[in-house]
Amino acid sequence: MVMEKINAANDKALEIILNGQPSLVGIGKCLDVVPGMTEKTLLHAGPPITWDKASGPLRGAMMGALIYEGLAEDEESATKLLESGEITLDPWHHHDGVGPMAGVASASMPVFIIKNETYGNYSYCTLNEGLGKVLRFGAYNKEVIDRLKWMERVLGPLLKEALELHGPMDLKTLIAQMLQMGDEGHNRNKSGTGMFIRAIAPHVAATSFDLQDKIDVLKFMDSNDHFVLNLTMPACKATLDAAKGIPYSTIVTTQARNGTEFGIRVSGIEGGDRWFTAPAEYIDGLYFPGYSQEDANPDIGDSVITETAGIGGFAMATAPAIVQFVGGTPQDAVNYSTSMYEITHGENNVYQIPFLNFRGTATGIDIRKVVETGILPVINTGIAHKDPGVGQVGAGIVRPPMKCYEDALQAFVEMLEKEGLV
Amino acid sequence: MMSNINELFGKELKVINMGLDSFGDDLKEQNIKTVQMRWRPPAGGSKKMMSLLSKLK
Repeated sequence: MVMEKINAANDKALEIILNGQPSLVGIGKCLDVVPGMTEKTLLHAGPPITWDKASGPLRGAMMGALIYEGLAEDEESATKLLESGEITLDPWHHHDGVGPMAGVASASMPVFIIKNETYGNYSYCTLNEGLGKVLRFGAYNKEVIDRLKWMERVLGPLLKEALELHGPMDLKTLIAQMLQMGDEGHNRNKSGTGMFIRAIAPHVAATSFDLQDKIDVLKFMDSNDHFVLNLTMPACKATLDAAKGIPYSTIVTTQARNGTEFGIRVSGIEGGDRWFTAPAEYIDGLYFPGYSQEDANPDIGDSVITETAGIGGFAMATAPAIVQFVGGTPQDAVNYSTSMYEITHGENNVYQIPFLNFRGTATGIDIRKVVETGILPVINTGIAHKDPGVGQVGAGIVRPPMKCYEDALQAFVEMLEKEGLV
Repeated sequence: MMSNINELFGKELKVINMGLDSFGDDLKEQNIKTVQMRWRPPAGGSKKMMSLLSKLK
């Protein structure tokens, strides 16, 4: 009987996930649009963490954000401020948003605003800074701060105006098309970025900004194959958040890492708000020239929200070219995707893999199936240097710690025991 | 019965090996096409986890 109850709850959760309709509806200032944001709050990726436990890239990004905001002058004063406890550190996930890698966002940063048109909930994410020395990998030198200031002054407002001319952008269709074009939406976003630029470019041209600003914005987006990652992520977040808090559902609605710990949240446990955490794993992958595993930080970032929604690593079979970036062979990519059907409640109705005869991606991770099969969700991710200020050093494959799943299962059973259901 | 087995072994064998890899490795060394099935006990053999899972069935 309890199994039927759980399965019915999971049917409902999956239905909500599949019916989600994320659209990009605007761009705003983080302080103005993100719920609960304050001038002295820093949002970060992953489950909650304190300054003393933060890893190098997260520390670097937090220091950089304070320098960017003018709240600190340099590394020393930023550290002092962070140690003082005057700055509130809060997960993006507690504010309806997500952040890639360190994921640090502060009050003045522009953010994408995504609406789940079916259920009315919103999600948020900063705009992607590009590759190399960037805040999300913990870099905070002048080049990084200057770029963030340009994003605040030009990129955000210009794209906001262009988007108003374009109207809401259907991200579900965009992601579905990406998957048909060799992207998996986490570590490969090349075609999606191209499609975004194609859609927005005429409206960029029609904005009231200077010609040079328009050229700079188009060049900036074109120079970064991951520009659209900061849209696939909040699209997945808005989709999954609608399925939070369904009583008795064992479907995972959050997976996230802060560089120290990996955390998951389950729809039917304490309203979907309780974190189950364990030390983050190291990534098995390919390193850029001059770097090795010695340089790597443990797994970091909210981008695993893509796998949680059924794309990213779960859709690797549709992106065989990605193995040149993360390691392995195209057959490995197929194996990763097909093994995920063992641990999900269903398959996606829109996100499909042509190579698997247009089979929908495995969607709706069920904690029971993960623990029973021992198959952990596959995550396709970037590797940050362990020291602040260095940046990305590689990319590869990682799995969550099984402890997160085992602890969640135990809590779920204890919850049912209290209710006298088992 | 015996003739059926003889007939089977008279054909080209395609083997799926479940369990220890070494059984499959021995066959591969004899040039017999062998696929190793990835198998592990439920919940990795953890009695605690199997007990929790059984409560939900």
